[in-house]
Amino acid sequence: MDRPETPDIAPLLTPILAHHGHDASKLLQILRDVQDACHIIPAGAIDLIAVHLGVPRVNVEGVAGFYSFLSTRPVGEYQVLFSGNITDQMLGQDDLMQYLCNKLWVESGKVSEDGLVSIAGTSCTGMCDQGPAALVNGWALTNLDRNRLDLIGELIRSRKPVAEWPPMLFETVDNIRRADVLLGEALAPGDAIRAVLARGARKTLAEMDNSNLRGRGGAGFKTASKWSFCHAAIVEEEGHVICDIGGHPERFIVCNADEGEPGTFKDRVLLNSYADLVFEGMTVGARVVGAGKGFLYLRGEYRYLLGQLEGVLKRRREAGLLGDNILGQADFNFDIEIHLGAGAYICGEESALIESLEGKRGRPRNRPPFPVTHGYQGRPTVVDNVETFACAAKIAAQGGAWFAALGTAQSTGTKLLSVSGDVSRPGIYEYPFGVTVRQVLADCGAEDPYAVQISGPSGTTISWKEFDRRIAFEDLPTAGAFMVFKRKRDVFDAVRNFTHFFAHESCGFCTPCRVGTALQQKIIDKIHSGHGTPSDLEELKRLGHLLKTMSHCGLGSSAANPVLDALAKFPDAFERKLAGLAFEPAFDLDGALETARKITGRDDEWAHL
Amino acid sequence: MSERKIRLATCSLAGCFGCHMSFLDIDERLFDLVELVEFDRTPLTDIKHCGPCDVGIVEGGVCNAENVHVLKEFRKNCKVLVAIGACAINGGLPSLRNNIDLWDCFQEVYQYEGGLEGGVVPNDPELPLPFDKVHPIYEVVKVDFFLPGCPPSGDAIWRFLTDLLAGREPKLDYEQLHFD
Repeated sequence: MDRPETPDIAPLLTPILAHHGHDASKLLQILRDVQDACHIIPAGAIDLIAVHLGVPRVNVEGVAGFYSFLSTRPVGEYQVLFSGNITDQMLGQDDLMQYLCNKLWVESGKVSEDGLVSIAGTSCTGMCDQGPAALVNGWALTNLDRNRLDLIGELIRSRKPVAEWPPMLFETVDNIRRADVLLGEALAPGDAIRAVLARGARKTLAEMDNSNLRGRGGAGFKTASKWSFCHAAIVEEEGHVICDIGGHPERFIVCNADEGEPGTFKDRVLLNSYADLVFEGMTVGARVVGAGKGFLYLRGEYRYLLGQLEGVLKRRREAGLLGDNILGQADFNFDIEIHLGAGAYICGEESALIESLEGKRGRPRNRPPFPVTHGYQGRPTVVDNVETFACAAKIAAQGGAWFAALGTAQSTGTKLLSVSGDVSRPGIYEYPFGVTVRQVLADCGAEDPYAVQISGPSGTTISWKEFDRRIAFEDLPTAGAFMVFKRKRDVFDAVRNFTHFFAHESCGFCTPCRVGTALQQKIIDKIHSGHGTPSDLEELKRLGHLLKTMSHCGLGSSAANPVLDALAKFPDAFERKLAGLAFEPAFDLDGALETARKITGRDDEWAHL
Repeated sequence: MSERKIRLATCSLAGCFGCHMSFLDIDERLFDLVELVEFDRTPLTDIKHCGPCDVGIVEGGVCNAENVHVLKEFRKNCKVLVAIGACAINGGLPSLRNNIDLWDCFQEVYQYEGGLEGGVVPNDPELPLPFDKVHPIYEVVKVDFFLPGCPPSGDAIWRFLTDLLAGREPKLDYEQLHFD
């Protein structure tokens, strides 16, 4: 293969490498900058980066090939990526994408002849309450319709830089529809930290323990336990103690803002309007576990928030809430760095996120050891969800008993739900844990609800018979997504969308997930195209069991959830699509000969099936 | 009267006959095998069409219309159909062409490449018409068993056949599935 000549790459690369201090752990950020500048990661750049960072070329190429928003093949000067979540599809995403393609004379998935524009799909961009959504060169577009696409088409044709596009196109709103203690009651910046300093780290941990706060990312691990494990990480490896209690300051606090689960957008709102609360929670965590450095892993889709978040960090440094000697406390040094992702759902898994933070491919690690003992750079690391840190700040300020009084016995506090789909008031709803699905549906104006996808594709599908179930770790645990489908919707379309999502987002490391998600997609597509038989449904169940039990990480083990749930609760959605009870080929046999018939000009008996 | 022998047919579609070669690697156990089975259509007998059989073993994927006719004939006549080897199970090596457009491929071979008289794409009805992609056989007919390997070793094939002929669920040991 010929490599495109890139003799002028060095002058472009030098400032980027210098900006990131020639630090190999900044590889992903470096590649992001190269992608921005060139609309491609040129082979020449990979060579040079490898030399300058002193890492093997294959590592650089591996990272460049892993992330969706990096590309080793050219994309358009303007790259438009339509959000492919089912909620976007229900709002007409497919038609709109085709409309823009026709308008700009480009085929979806390809680059226009003049290299001006490329249009493709991407996973959920976290704008489900204001879709259909898309990204243009990484910047979030919302509320797309034909009028807006006409305007966007004109802007692209006139080669107007994205920075000069009308701000109206990029407008995002919080849509907070129900606020409880987290969103409703303001906390002045610094209050939680002051409370921690007054109370002491040990007693703050006790308050966290009393609050019984559980992780808001979905898994629900008790936060106080995580923090105390990290604080007390005594790690013995080959006989010597790497880190012991209080002895070594190198611990890390990581805020997981890689909100990739389709249908989830609460972290976007927290970071947009409650960033102080989140950073405050991270600082509280740092004091408790004794960390000196924190990271906010911000998903690439939310890059539009980067500028204002940097602003908040700057303001907090100036106010003495970050940096050295926080609030005048001599031994309290903590600062936060923002790391931008590049389009990989798997990086929401905490060990993959840490790999990505270190500038590598986002491949989940073997666990144990867990990040609390061996995390970032092998050091004890706390990785918590955005909402968890926001809750932690509140608990630090107001005490554990106050928090524990809210919600249910095993699920204390409140939960932010990201409601989207067939509802008249999509947005953020904060409820104390224990609220029924029926209550949420009534509040958000759901029209004739039939099914709800709780916690996104990896969560649980519930049918209209189960609307009295409750949002709580005891019943329906959730990371926040709440997608509503009305009776007229075909549940199968949602299942198909989710299987495509998992097949696309599988990191490819372990075979059960890499092959399993692809097979699952293939069978679902077979049924969709009218070639399905009952044996395919049996095969889906068998495959689902294999994915659940054999996968390396949570992505694979939950990839079959929407299929198995729908098979159990909405068998009709599958059965009415089956071609018959006997075996059916997976594709149109005669149709697959059409190309060869055209090439050869044959139309004889043997040229047909 | 002796017990009726099991009737066995084999064929190779879009494969390399490597699985058949591996089948011959059961060596002297072939004598034991012919005690138990009689061959219908196989490369050993040169029978052209498969008749009613107990077991059919198919090597190779489906790359053209003729493959489909053979495969359907096997499915129709065999009580138990076995996909043997990587190509039958996944498409294997021939399916590497799946990333190449069929038009591009034919033009490259018959029109642009020098050395061929006339520069036209052959269109004789006797030539099997190719699919635009190579498919594993389970996408065309129902398959009862999959015997993996590229090729499966003679031992694996022997183990599989003896299990099947004895009426047991065929089961391969880890060593017989472990290729590296």
